Amino acid sequence: MKKLFFILVIFFNFNYAYSLIEVDITRGNLDPLPIAVSPLHVDAQSDNLQDIKVKELGDLISSVIESNFKSTGLFNPLNKDAFVQKPDIAHLKPRFEDWSLITAQALVTGKILIKDNKLKVEFRLWDVAAAKEMVALAFTTTPTNWRRVAHIISDKIYERLTGETGYFDTRIIYVSETGPKTQRVKRLAIMDQDGVNVKYLTLGNELVLTPRFNPTNQLVTYLSYFRNLPRVYLLDIETGIQEVVGNFPGMTFAPRFSPDGKKIIMSFAENGNSDIYTMDLESRLVEKITDHSAIDTSPSYSPDGKYICFNSDRSGLQQIYTMNSDGTNVKRISFGDGIYGTPVWSPRGDLIAFTKVRAGRFYIGVMRSDGTGERLLTENFYQEAPSWSPNGRLLVFYRETKSGNDGEGFTAKLWSIDITGYNERQIKTETDASDPSWSTLLSK
Amino acid sequence: MKFNTKIRNLLIILFSTLALSACSTAKKASTVGTTGDVYTGTDTVEYLAPGVKDRVFFATNSSSLTTASRDTLRKQADYLRKNKDMNVVLEGHADERGTREYNLALGERRANAARDYLMTYGISGKRISVISYGKERPVNSASTPLAWSQNRRAVTVKAK
Repeated sequence: MKKLFFILVIFFNFNYAYSLIEVDITRGNLDPLPIAVSPLHVDAQSDNLQDIKVKELGDLISSVIESNFKSTGLFNPLNKDAFVQKPDIAHLKPRFEDWSLITAQALVTGKILIKDNKLKVEFRLWDVAAAKEMVALAFTTTPTNWRRVAHIISDKIYERLTGETGYFDTRIIYVSETGPKTQRVKRLAIMDQDGVNVKYLTLGNELVLTPRFNPTNQLVTYLSYFRNLPRVYLLDIETGIQEVVGNFPGMTFAPRFSPDGKKIIMSFAENGNSDIYTMDLESRLVEKITDHSAIDTSPSYSPDGKYICFNSDRSGLQQIYTMNSDGTNVKRISFGDGIYGTPVWSPRGDLIAFTKVRAGRFYIGVMRSDGTGERLLTENFYQEAPSWSPNGRLLVFYRETKSGNDGEGFTAKLWSIDITGYNERQIKTETDASDPSWSTLLSK
Repeated sequence: MKFNTKIRNLLIILFSTLALSACSTAKKASTVGTTGDVYTGTDTVEYLAPGVKDRVFFATNSSSLTTASRDTLRKQADYLRKNKDMNVVLEGHADERGTREYNLALGERRANAARDYLMTYGISGKRISVISYGKERPVNSASTPLAWSQNRRAVTVKAK
């Protein structure tokens, strides 16, 4: 869970002059790259462990890598039954003819050794056609961290093949939902990006909504109805300590961190009017950013912290606006048919993702931060609240289904989609789920 | 603030005329249970006392009080004037057809519209607290226009 130490970098190929394989992710990929992920070879000298089946660890790590690749829609992990070469030999020197015979264009090999309660993992990425090694890396960590190792390896390979930052070694915080629609029980939950390692952070005694990470993923800000007083809270994930943010005489909601993590920006509702405020977490200084008789909510900073996008009905219905971070220079940027909500600024700074409602249908879309170039990615009965993957290539959001007369058939699930509009898929959760928020990369 | 109440008053006048004109045509079709998309039936309604309904309903994306809503609130104000020790909580709600955060703000605005009206009929603001549940606590869990109209509400609840 703590730090992962990169003790040894065997060889990192920075030479892009070769025309090695590349995956273009800027458009929908209808021809995913065939990749063979050989099971990692488990060194025979490895110690036995109580909780982990060491002999199976090589297979487990490679299947986590495979499922990460499969989830991107950009790669096609090949069936292991067709692999001819043994993992240990392939890792030393692949027989490229064998791998190209099963149409693999990229090959991942590796080996692991467990000694003195340390897990040492090595992996290599090979270009099969060019018969060349593209990446080779080794890590040492505690054995219980093996899933994170698999995610980090996935990130390194994704980065080498696409030229983009990875997003597999990340978590998603969300609201777990159980019970009937009229009396939903909601708990904060956190999981790995692939839906594994779920932990519940609150007990469900009070309603909780809209959790969001700080930039270092140690703190979460969210709305809690503790003692029937809806207020923005701050939670330290490691210690479990929670505190109210600020001392407001009414409901505070829609919180997010500033990109430097020093402030929380949120709405405060008073006498039927919601405005946007910030609070500095160190000095506790509260600043009013918007002052308008309309509803101003769902604020989100640009990654450089200079601008804020937000949702306001000052023109009559919900629309998206941007302003300078001090509240000056307010500009409406959404002008299409329908109403717009939940703007959230891309970590790359170029795009704003949003929810749009038109003719009774809900859309997740993106537009440039000046409002041009609107693209709707997905349409459904009800979906909202997009959150960006740390590399700005995907959005995670939640979708609710239509319910019958007694609330039957109602579900809330997490979904993700590429900003190309391709690769829409559900993220499996133990319970119903909503309000997802994606962390930054855990290992930078 | 002044500007704000002015707009609100203007809206109240505007919507009451609209609602009145709508009422005259809607009477024939009263079985539908809504006027425009404001719920006018009594399913889901509870009573603070005989004849005193506990809730008022709203049109989509609106926090304007209809003629019927103002009538209900005047009865609530009468009742509260007679029960001087009683404090109330105004719970504002939205339907499931909006984004969560905006709905929280909208619920708060609806609850305050009802609170303001009670205050103009002499009930001290100190006796009325407000809470918004946004779309979190629907009373009817169906995904139908009728259910949504029943869920867009401000409910006056006796404070414990």
